[in-house]
Amino acid sequence: MFRLSLYEVQQGLKSKQFSSEELTKILLERIEKFKTLNAYITICADEAISAARKADERIASGDARDLEGIPLGIKDLFLTKGILTTAASRMLYNFIPPYESTVTQKLLDSGAVFLGKTNMDEFAMGSANITSYYGRVINPWSRDKKLVPGGSSGGSAAAVAAHLCVAATGSDTGGSIRQPAAFSGIVGLKPTYGRCSRYGMVALASSLDQAGPITKNVRDAAIFLRNIAGYDPKDSTSLRDEVPDYEAFFGKSIKGMKIGIPKEFVVDGMADDIHACWKRGADILRAAGAEIIHISLPYSRYALPAYYIIQPAEASSNLARYDGVRYGFRAEGKTLVEMYENTRMEGFGDEVKRRILIGTYVLSAGYYDAYYMKAIKLQRLIKADFQRAFEEVDAILTPTTPTSAFAFGEEPKDLVTMYLNDIFTVTANIAGLPGMSVPMELDHLGRPLGLQLIAPKLREETLIQVGAVLEDGAGFKQLEEVQL
Amino acid sequence: MSYIETASGKWEVVIGLEVHAQVISQSKLFSSASTKFGVAPNENVSFIDAALPGVLPVLNSFCVDQAIKTGLGLNCTINKISYFDRKNYFYADLPQGYQISQFHHPIISGGFVEIEDDEGNIKKVHLERIHIEQDAGKSLHDQSPTKSYIDLNRAGIALMEIVTKPEMTSGAEAAAFLRKLRSILRYLKTCDGNMDEGSMRADVNISLHRPGTPLGTRAEVKNVNSMKFIETAVNFEISRQLEILENGGSVEQETRLFDSSRGITRSMRSKEDAQDYRYFPEPDLPPLILEDERIEAIRATLPELPDAKSRRLQETYGLPRYDADLISAEAEVAAYYEKALACCSKADGDAAKLLANWLLGDLFALLNKYGKSIDESLISPENLSGLIQLIQQDVISGKIAKDVLVIMWDEQKSPQKVVEEQGLQQITDPAVIENALRDVLIENSSKVAEYKSGKDKLFGFFVGQAMKKTHGKANPQLLNDILSKLLSE
Repeated sequence: MFRLSLYEVQQGLKSKQFSSEELTKILLERIEKFKTLNAYITICADEAISAARKADERIASGDARDLEGIPLGIKDLFLTKGILTTAASRMLYNFIPPYESTVTQKLLDSGAVFLGKTNMDEFAMGSANITSYYGRVINPWSRDKKLVPGGSSGGSAAAVAAHLCVAATGSDTGGSIRQPAAFSGIVGLKPTYGRCSRYGMVALASSLDQAGPITKNVRDAAIFLRNIAGYDPKDSTSLRDEVPDYEAFFGKSIKGMKIGIPKEFVVDGMADDIHACWKRGADILRAAGAEIIHISLPYSRYALPAYYIIQPAEASSNLARYDGVRYGFRAEGKTLVEMYENTRMEGFGDEVKRRILIGTYVLSAGYYDAYYMKAIKLQRLIKADFQRAFEEVDAILTPTTPTSAFAFGEEPKDLVTMYLNDIFTVTANIAGLPGMSVPMELDHLGRPLGLQLIAPKLREETLIQVGAVLEDGAGFKQLEEVQL
Repeated sequence: MSYIETASGKWEVVIGLEVHAQVISQSKLFSSASTKFGVAPNENVSFIDAALPGVLPVLNSFCVDQAIKTGLGLNCTINKISYFDRKNYFYADLPQGYQISQFHHPIISGGFVEIEDDEGNIKKVHLERIHIEQDAGKSLHDQSPTKSYIDLNRAGIALMEIVTKPEMTSGAEAAAFLRKLRSILRYLKTCDGNMDEGSMRADVNISLHRPGTPLGTRAEVKNVNSMKFIETAVNFEISRQLEILENGGSVEQETRLFDSSRGITRSMRSKEDAQDYRYFPEPDLPPLILEDERIEAIRATLPELPDAKSRRLQETYGLPRYDADLISAEAEVAAYYEKALACCSKADGDAAKLLANWLLGDLFALLNKYGKSIDESLISPENLSGLIQLIQQDVISGKIAKDVLVIMWDEQKSPQKVVEEQGLQQITDPAVIENALRDVLIENSSKVAEYKSGKDKLFGFFVGQAMKKTHGKANPQLLNDILSKLLSE
């Protein structure tokens, strides 16, 4: 039962083949059993069981909502009222939010059951889930070697892949949903910037952050997304556009659609397996009646450098509130400044401190024009690239990552190579576009590979439509069971 | 242009002001927390004001309307597109670690305020810009010997920062600007101008240079929080800089703090310590776009402002400029005056002038004596108008009216009632006055003889005696006429 997809659980609960309480208990047992994966920071067993019982009552009385009784994992970056929310940082080791994030509130309003808060990179800074104050997460696909699950939504990805929840929330600033989804053999969808409210999400880079689903398949992503998308008056950057029924696009033909293959996404050091996978994806779509068109996104190669200016710049400002004055971790000091210094020295991990320093630097007087303003100009050019491309094609197909998941200890030693992990995903964030990673196959090491689809603004339904065809053609088999 | 003349030659003073004016609004700039003053510490604090993780600012559109109204009232250009920026710095009472402000593209540009310059001429002080931003909280250092406390009630309240061009040349002009600005904002009801509560605060930039040479290095004086002190602060700073320059030194670019208890400024931080605020566009807020309709709708609500009101009072009623300016300076005084004038049966120039005299003279004296504002006056505009009319109708004399006014204040009665109860009506019956006069003349027959032999000055003596007899109530004109007649008999 634990392997069921969200769609299957929905059907199973509706037809009363099993109860939410049964499923919830099974998943809670699995979370305990596979604790070594370290996918969760906080487990909400009692709350989950009581929520599941309430859901079962509603189902019994024919009052079920869209996600009634479906047990989910929630990335520990979403504020959950009364439930510890740490963003995987010592800085928030004791922070119990007095309010609920909009995304999780919407899930609760749809009847979802929260199993717990999933592990992540500290403040969502990382691509391997190795920066968490609560320890690294292990990729459930690990066999002889322990693999990273990707990041920053590594806990959510591992939980979904290992069947420790039916689906999970993630957040994606530069690839934090799609990259771990690719590493973990599951689906991750980053919606258009502004499609989901950011209210109640611990902010990394406000102009790039976006919540999205991490699910076992494409249809699940469609169902999940329709429950969290929509305008929120509490987030002035959220979009007012109607939310379509994404699921209705699942199974629709892609005949006659045009799919772009950008030549700039062929990068040095890309594994042969990735090349082959990409080609296979194109073949699947062509076979289904789509036209494959080679396109150019000339400025996309500047997306990564622009990203590593804009993101730390905003982060350096967003993280200024963690000062030990009002909540969270505080280290003592003789003066106010000393208290700040000690708090932030001890409360933040190295990667967070590094990005605060980079961000502070690029915003400093004398450097602002050279770095931040240049990055903003590049962002405009990259957006224009996509606009041009989408006059010609309906969606763009690229690899999600330049490599498959790497093993612990084999992670890139230099940071730039580590940051290169985001090279295919950041462009969608920089351009504010929706993107989705679909699992395709295992590489020669038995590690999952994913392909990414990018669609025009607010065309998440295109991702579902094309992604479903890709998924069907790929025939990827989800993980049977964790082998640890 | 006024100069400072010393043995070494002329110096020109250049002053620019940055005024922080708290916007009148029920709720804060980016949250729904109340702006009420004087409540318990940290009572008006939302999750947004406390900068909890994950909160986002939502712009209060009433505060934007207030800024537009201010811009229109100060003859400015309203920018149809403006942006918010973050000003980053650490302080315990700044929960976000940054202030949301407008740095690169403010909502309002240009504009001017008319003041009277040192020579008594009308001078326009031009504005550079007005932008909206959020206020910080307060650090309380005096509650404990070892701890500081934070009160976030003020954190997030909307401010307008009004920046002038460096066009003022003396402490008096700076004070005149601030007074006029305050007056206009209070007319507009966009800022209460209450400097004691900190809802209006000024930073003053001052520099000196030789005429015809580039501007000198400026010092910024912060914390000028009282209308009384602005002139003191500016004058102190001018003489401080003058002394340095006259002795061949150079003024340091620095921020200085005004110490009102000693009337001096002292160094707070030098240019080297200046903070790098790392301004960048606020990613949580979209650009602020204003439609013409919105601006025009607000323009339609603008009240008559003090300059226009003063001109109208001068032109319509022939009030002297001094009186008209004084009445117009405070919206509440002007409202009181106009209400009283409207109550006069004949609201003409005579009534207007008489009313102005009584308002600015005797009533202001009473308000001062009891420390009350015009809104707290124990004499209503209707009753002041009634008093004026009693004078105009010769029911009482101006002299008696002064007593009546005091009784009106003390007993809160209408002038008619006071006059009636105290029997203060003028005696206008010629027979009664003649009787009193005849008694006086009989009692002072020797003086009558002296008068008739040419001692004209005694006329006044007889008037005084007759007034005494009538308890000051005799109509003075009638008394004079009858006395003349009797003495010529």
